[in-house]
Amino acid sequence: MTKEFTKGNEALAYGALKAGLNAYFAYPITPSSEIPETLAKEFGSHRYPDFKVFLQAASELEAISMVIGAASTGAKVMTATSGPGFSLKQEGMSYAAAMEVPILVVNVNRAGPGLGNLGPEQSDYFQATKGGGHGGYRNIVLAPNSVQEMATFPRLAFSLAFKYRNPAVILADAFIGQLKEDITFPDIEPEKFETPWATTGARGKERHLILSLHLDFEEQNKQSEDLRRKYEKIDAAEQRAESYLTDDADVVFVAYGVVSRLCKGVVNRLRDTGVRAGLFRPITLSPFPYKQLSKLAEAKRRFEVVELNMGQMVYDVKLAVGDASRVGTIQKLGGLLPTTGEIIRRTQEMVANA
Amino acid sequence: MPRLVNARVEYEVKLGRLPTLTEKETHYCPGCEHGTLTRLIASTLDKLNLREKTVLVDSVGCSVFAHDYINTDAVQAPHGRAPAVMAGIKRVRPDLVVFAVQGDGDAVSIGLLELVNAANRGEPVTIFLVNNAIYGMTGGQMAPTTPAGMVTTTSPYGRDVSYTGQPLDASRLLASLDAPSYVRRVVLPLEPIRDTGLYSARGSLECLKVVENAFRVQLMGGFSFVEVVSTCNINWKMSVLESKKYAWEVLAKTFPPGVYKDKFGVEKV
Repeated sequence: MTKEFTKGNEALAYGALKAGLNAYFAYPITPSSEIPETLAKEFGSHRYPDFKVFLQAASELEAISMVIGAASTGAKVMTATSGPGFSLKQEGMSYAAAMEVPILVVNVNRAGPGLGNLGPEQSDYFQATKGGGHGGYRNIVLAPNSVQEMATFPRLAFSLAFKYRNPAVILADAFIGQLKEDITFPDIEPEKFETPWATTGARGKERHLILSLHLDFEEQNKQSEDLRRKYEKIDAAEQRAESYLTDDADVVFVAYGVVSRLCKGVVNRLRDTGVRAGLFRPITLSPFPYKQLSKLAEAKRRFEVVELNMGQMVYDVKLAVGDASRVGTIQKLGGLLPTTGEIIRRTQEMVANA
Repeated sequence: MPRLVNARVEYEVKLGRLPTLTEKETHYCPGCEHGTLTRLIASTLDKLNLREKTVLVDSVGCSVFAHDYINTDAVQAPHGRAPAVMAGIKRVRPDLVVFAVQGDGDAVSIGLLELVNAANRGEPVTIFLVNNAIYGMTGGQMAPTTPAGMVTTTSPYGRDVSYTGQPLDASRLLASLDAPSYVRRVVLPLEPIRDTGLYSARGSLECLKVVENAFRVQLMGGFSFVEVVSTCNINWKMSVLESKKYAWEVLAKTFPPGVYKDKFGVEKV
């Protein structure tokens, strides 16, 4: 167990190394660049003997295709990016989903459509959780809200990616990526995964094909139905969330990432003034923790969804709650964070108007 | 068609089926060189005993079904990204032999960045570029390699190179880089022998040697690139024999065959 004062992006890089990362394919983009920079520094060091490949690609498209190639051999492979780069990654992620190649893609979400800016936003929520690329598929999406989770989520993400042979995404935001906090790394060995599907040459066995073209409609139908069944399985088994003071809460804030930390402060301040507030934080954004949230919604509570976008997670919250009139939304855009005062004021307004 | 199938059966009765070829009949149009190249690759992998350590990367285009005929492990690449997928495999598993068959749209248009950068890093992989100067799979649209004046569905009045650019010469482009070890262009179609009405197979015989050279270069740790000038008689709207003539008289002038780079001197062996 080592305690370190570390930046979010660096913690993620070390977390991946300690999870047994084999290969990283890089295309730098702010605010995620410390991830490849940290890995470039550690590449070749004796501390991480599993880490065999660090390679800077010529584009995001090239990087994600390298990830697919490397991962098709059964290796633990990761790439990281941000906003505009994540758009380009969608091509490869659709193929990886179709071909059931386990990969890990990190998106340190920045602000705005287009080039935007380098501040935190959560506007890539739809893109990450609803497929993102062409065709129908799902990523497994984890949302860290601390530097500690940046360090521990790569292990969890690889574990889920290999268990389900599916792309996993760590959806951080510019704030968590750049934040510095004390963290501890647990001393545990990297997980080992069986990869009987890998394409490593047909020596003494039937050859393996990792393909995504199924011209025969029945064959494509079977492939898509198989994927659907897999997503249902993931949905049933992997929903993760954290609840804070929700048991007796009249108003429950729903937030993830950096906003969930702001909302915790809001909850504490409201509790001090006698308002029974609580916080529900989805940890997996996909599968979205519908089960836990639906359970909370059985009591007649209000839910305030606070997010750094024009309202994306709020649709999942409304689905879980079932009664849209009990769901409010507080949004902030452009790389800015709402203040706790602002969140409290907006909440009071909405409660008054409800 | 029955004649062609019988020819193959006769061939295999005499010589035995290649372990690296599957039993599936190819989907390629009659007259296409893809099938010939497939056989040349398969026989080379058998000769060098590489089948069990080879991964084929499928590109997008007429070559997308290569895994149906070549009996090795295979991975699908997104359109144009085969060189990147190959690099990913080879970097984590340098012990494997990795190759792709790409078309001119795949390699020279949408995937030019991936091709040039894989070549520039000298990735020890082998790429066969089937240059038939047109988008075959999508029905005969203009390609980056379409020669001046050629009629395609998206250049219906003939390619105007002053407006759409000159045909892109991938072999010359890659040969200008330091890293590639082997850059070679061959003309694969049967070649009309002047005034005889006969056709020579010297193109395919040369191609067989070049395919072997290319794999040997990969085994020596070098990047090898073979551009195979081919035909697409269906989309060129020509008879099979007219297309062979066109390949030698027009395409081979735009894309002259030759050794563009041979760092290890495999051509001389």
